[in-house]
Amino acid sequence: MDFSSLQPIEVAVTLSVIWIGLGGIALAFASTPRIVTDAVFPAGAVVALALALTGLWAMNAPASAAILPAGLPDLPFHVRLDALSGFFLLLLGGVSFGISLFSSGYFRHGDQPPGLLCLQYHIFLASMAFVLIADDAYLFMVTWESMALSSYFLVTTEHRSEQNRRAGFIYLLIAHLGAISILLSFGVLHGGHGDYTFDALRRAELSEFWATVAFALAFFGFGAKAGMLPLHAWLPEAHPAAPSPVSALMSGVMLKTAIYGMVRVIYDLIGGIRWEWGLTVLLFGAATSLFGVLFALMQHDLKRLLAYHSVENIGIILIGIGLSMVFIGSGHPVAGVLGLIAGLYHTLNHAVFKGLLFLGAGAILHSTGLRNLNEMGGLIRYMPHTAFYFLVGALAISALPPLNGFISEWLTFQASLQAPLLESSVVRSLVPIVAAVLALSGALTGMCFVKVYGVAFLGQHRHALAEKPRDADGWERAGMAWLALGCLALGLLPVFMIGQLNNVSQVLLHAGLSEEALASGWLWLVPTSSAQASYSPVVFLLVIGAVFGLTFLVVRQVYHGRLRRADPWDCGFPEQTSRMEDTADGFGQPIRHIFAPVYQIRREIPRPDDPYPVFRQEVEDRHWEWMYLPVARFTEFLSRHIGKLQQGRISVYLLYSFITLIALLVFAQ
Amino acid sequence: MNQASGIAFQVLQSVLVVLIAPLVLGWVNQCRAWLQNRSGAGIWQPYKVLNKLFHKDAVLAHNASPLFRATPYILFGCMWLAVGIVPVLATSLPFAPAADVIALVGLFALARVFVSLAGMDIGTSFGTLGARREMMIGFLAEPAMLMTLFTASLISHSTSLVTIVETLGQSEFVIYPSMAFAAIAFLMVLLAENARIPIDNPSTHLELTMIHEAMILEYSARHLALVEWASSLKLTAYITIGIAMFAPWGIAQAGDWTGVPIALAALVLKLAFAGAGLAVLETVSAKMRIFRAPEFLGTAFMLATLGMLTHFVLET
Repeated sequence: MDFSSLQPIEVAVTLSVIWIGLGGIALAFASTPRIVTDAVFPAGAVVALALALTGLWAMNAPASAAILPAGLPDLPFHVRLDALSGFFLLLLGGVSFGISLFSSGYFRHGDQPPGLLCLQYHIFLASMAFVLIADDAYLFMVTWESMALSSYFLVTTEHRSEQNRRAGFIYLLIAHLGAISILLSFGVLHGGHGDYTFDALRRAELSEFWATVAFALAFFGFGAKAGMLPLHAWLPEAHPAAPSPVSALMSGVMLKTAIYGMVRVIYDLIGGIRWEWGLTVLLFGAATSLFGVLFALMQHDLKRLLAYHSVENIGIILIGIGLSMVFIGSGHPVAGVLGLIAGLYHTLNHAVFKGLLFLGAGAILHSTGLRNLNEMGGLIRYMPHTAFYFLVGALAISALPPLNGFISEWLTFQASLQAPLLESSVVRSLVPIVAAVLALSGALTGMCFVKVYGVAFLGQHRHALAEKPRDADGWERAGMAWLALGCLALGLLPVFMIGQLNNVSQVLLHAGLSEEALASGWLWLVPTSSAQASYSPVVFLLVIGAVFGLTFLVVRQVYHGRLRRADPWDCGFPEQTSRMEDTADGFGQPIRHIFAPVYQIRREIPRPDDPYPVFRQEVEDRHWEWMYLPVARFTEFLSRHIGKLQQGRISVYLLYSFITLIALLVFAQ
Repeated sequence: MNQASGIAFQVLQSVLVVLIAPLVLGWVNQCRAWLQNRSGAGIWQPYKVLNKLFHKDAVLAHNASPLFRATPYILFGCMWLAVGIVPVLATSLPFAPAADVIALVGLFALARVFVSLAGMDIGTSFGTLGARREMMIGFLAEPAMLMTLFTASLISHSTSLVTIVETLGQSEFVIYPSMAFAAIAFLMVLLAENARIPIDNPSTHLELTMIHEAMILEYSARHLALVEWASSLKLTAYITIGIAMFAPWGIAQAGDWTGVPIALAALVLKLAFAGAGLAVLETVSAKMRIFRAPEFLGTAFMLATLGMLTHFVLET
C-alpha cells in the first residue's frame, strides 16, 4: 500500500471504525472482564491518541474528502476533514485518551461486567468522530442520533434507580427537540434542491429572512445539545447519572460537538453572518454563564455541581463566538478572528479541565462511595494524588494564571476590548457589560472551587468511613495525569495552539490574526500588537517559582527551619469537631443571600417546641416552574384531547381515511 | 535601553518595593495613631514584628497538609511578581509584558484562592468562616477591579500597564470623566481587597467580625511573617496601581537613568500622601456589617461600569 497518497480523512474513518470494532470485541469477551479492562480500553486509548494526531495533521493539511461505501442506494455518506473538523478531532482524541486510560482502572472494580458498557462507550466515541467528519446532512443526522442514543444508554447504565431513568428520559426528550430543530435548519438551508451534501448547502443562496430562520433553528437545536439557557435542564440531571468516565466524556466532549455543529452551520454553511445574530448568541452566552455558576454554587452533589459548571463554560464559549459574530457582522474580521479563537480555545480548555474534574469526582466516588460534598472532607490526606490532579483542574477552571482556563478567558476579554471598533453605540456599550458578566462569573467560579476543594479535600473528615479511602490506582492516575498535563501545557504554551487555531480561522473566515501577533515568538502571547496587550505564562510561572525557592532558601539560611506540631489554635477553643466546619451549603450561604431572587428556595423551619428539630432547605431552578412545567402541562392537555380521536374501532378509522381522501380530492385540484 | 540594564532596573525596582512595603504599612499605622491621638509604635514597627516572627519556631497543626505549608511562599511569590509588573519608578520593565492588567487581577485571584484554601486546610471553625467571607468579598471586588482597569484600557487602547501609564502620563492634562468614576470604584476595591476599614479591620482579633485574620489564624512564625509581608506588599501594589492609573506624573521614561531620582522622590511623596489618606479614611469611618459589604462593593461595580459607559458616551 502506498502511504504517500494517504489522506487524513481515510485515517480518521479507519480509526473510528476500529473503535466500533473494539466495542464488538468487548461484547464478545463480556464474560472475561479482565480482557475488556486490560486490553480493550487501553487499545481504545491508543486509537484516541492516533485520532488526535490525525486531527493535528488535518489542521495543517488541505481539506480531504471521501465518499463512504455505505448508506442508502443513491445516497452515499460523504465525509470531509478540514481544519475545523481536525481541531475537534484533536479535542475528541486528546481528551478521550485520558478518559479511556482512566476507564481501564475505573471499570475494573465495578459491580457489573463492563462488556456491554464498553461497547456503548466505543460506539459513543465513534459516533462523535463521525459527527465531526460528516459532510452531508444525512450522515450528520444519523450519527448525531446514534451519539444521542448511545449516550442515553450510558446515562441509564444504573437503570434500577428511578432518578436515573427520569434523567435519561429528560435527556432524550431535549436531545430530540434539538435534533428536530437541526433537521429543520438543514431543510431551510437546502432550499429545495434535493441535494443534502454540505457543499450544496454552502452554495445555496438564501434570502435574508430564510438565512435568519436557518440561524435561529440551528442555534436553538445545537444550543439544546450544548446546555444553553433555558434548555439546560437536562444537563445537571443526565451528566451525574452516568458512570464518571462517561460523565467526563459527555461534559468534556459531547457538548463540544454541539459547538462544532454551531460553528460549522453558522460560519460555514449559512455564511454572511449578521451582527444581530452575534448579539443574540452573545446575550444568551452571558445569561448562560452567569446562571450556570450561580446554580453551581448551590449544589452539594459534586457531579451535579460540575455539570452546572459545564453550563457556565458553554456560556463563556458562546460569549467568545458571539463576540466574533458581532465583529464579523460589522465588518471587522480581525477582531472577529480573535473572538472565534477565544471561543474555540475555551472549547478545548473546558474539555480538558472538565474531563479531569469529572475523573477526579469518579475517583472519589470510587474509593469513598460519596457524591455529597457535605459528607467528604480531609481527603487530601488519604488520596494525595487525586487531590493534586483535582487542584490543577480546579485552578484551571477558576481561570487562574498560569493554567489554561485563564488563557481563553483572557482572549475573550481582549476580544471584548475591541468594542470601540463598533459603530452602533448600543452594541458598543453592551459588549463591555457582557465582559463585566464574564468577570463576575469567573470570580464566582473561583469561589465555587474553593468551596469544592476546601470542603472535599481539606479540613477534617466528616464521614465515619468503614475503611480508609484508597487513592486512585495506576490507570486512573495515568488518565488524570494526562489531562492535568494538558491543562499545564495549554496554559504555558498557548502560542502553539493559537497558531493552529489561526489555520482554522483561515479556512472558515479567510482571515487570520495580524502579522505582529503571529511573529511574537513562543514565549509571548500577543493577540493584536505587543503595545496593546501581552502575556507570558512561562515568565509568570518562573518568577513565582523562583521567588518561592529563593524565599525558602533565604529563610532557612538566615533564620532556621524549626517546626513543632501541635493541636490547632482556633482562638483557643478546646473542642473542634467536623460539625463546626463549613459545609458546602454553608459556604454558599452568602451567595444565596445576595442572589436570593434568582433561586427558588423552599424552607422548612421547625416549631420552637419541636423536640427533634429538623431544618430543611431546598434550592431549585426557577426554569422548571417558569418554562418546563407549563410546557409539559400543555403537552399533556393537547395529547389528552388528540387522544379522543383514538376510538379503537375499525369503522371509525375507515371513516377517517375516507374523509382524508375526500379532502385530498377536493384540495389537490 | 539594552537588555542587561533593563533587567538590572527590574530587579532594583522589585527589591526596593519589597523592602519598603512594610514601611508603607508602618506609615499608615503611625498616621492612624496620630489621628487617634496616640503616640503609636513608630514607622519601623512592622520590620521588628517580621524579624521577631522569623526568629520563632513554627507551630503547625497535626493535620496540616503540604498545601498549608506551601501557601505562604506562593503568596509571597505572587505579590513579588505583582510589584514587579506595576511601573513604579520607570516605564521600561522587561518583565512588564509578562502580565497585563487582566493577568494582574488573575494574580491577585490566585493568591486569594490559595490563602482561602489554606484557611480551610486545618478544618477549624474560624478558618472556614474567614475563607467563605474572603471569597465573598473577592468575587464582588474582582469584577469591579476589572471594570476599573478596562476603563483605563479603553482610553489608552491597551491592557498593558506600561502603555496605560505612558498614555496617561505623557499626554497633556485632560480630565476624563470616566476616570473619576473609575477612581472612586478603585478606592472602594482597594479598601475591600486589603482588608481595611470599612470592610475588615486589620488590627482586630474580635472573633466574629474578622475576615482576613480569621483565615491566617493557624499560621505562626516564619509562615505568618511571609503572609504578613505579602499583605503589606499587596497594599503597596494596590497603591502603586492606583498611582500608575490616576497620578502617573513624575515617572521616569524608558532608558532614562537620570529621571530615576526624581521618580523616586515622586514615589515616596505619593506613597506618603496615599498612606496618610488611607489613615484618614480609616479613622473617619466605622466597620460595616458583613452583609452591608455586598452593597458597598456592588456600588463599586456599578460605578466602574458607569465609568466605562461614560467613556463610550462622552469620550469617543
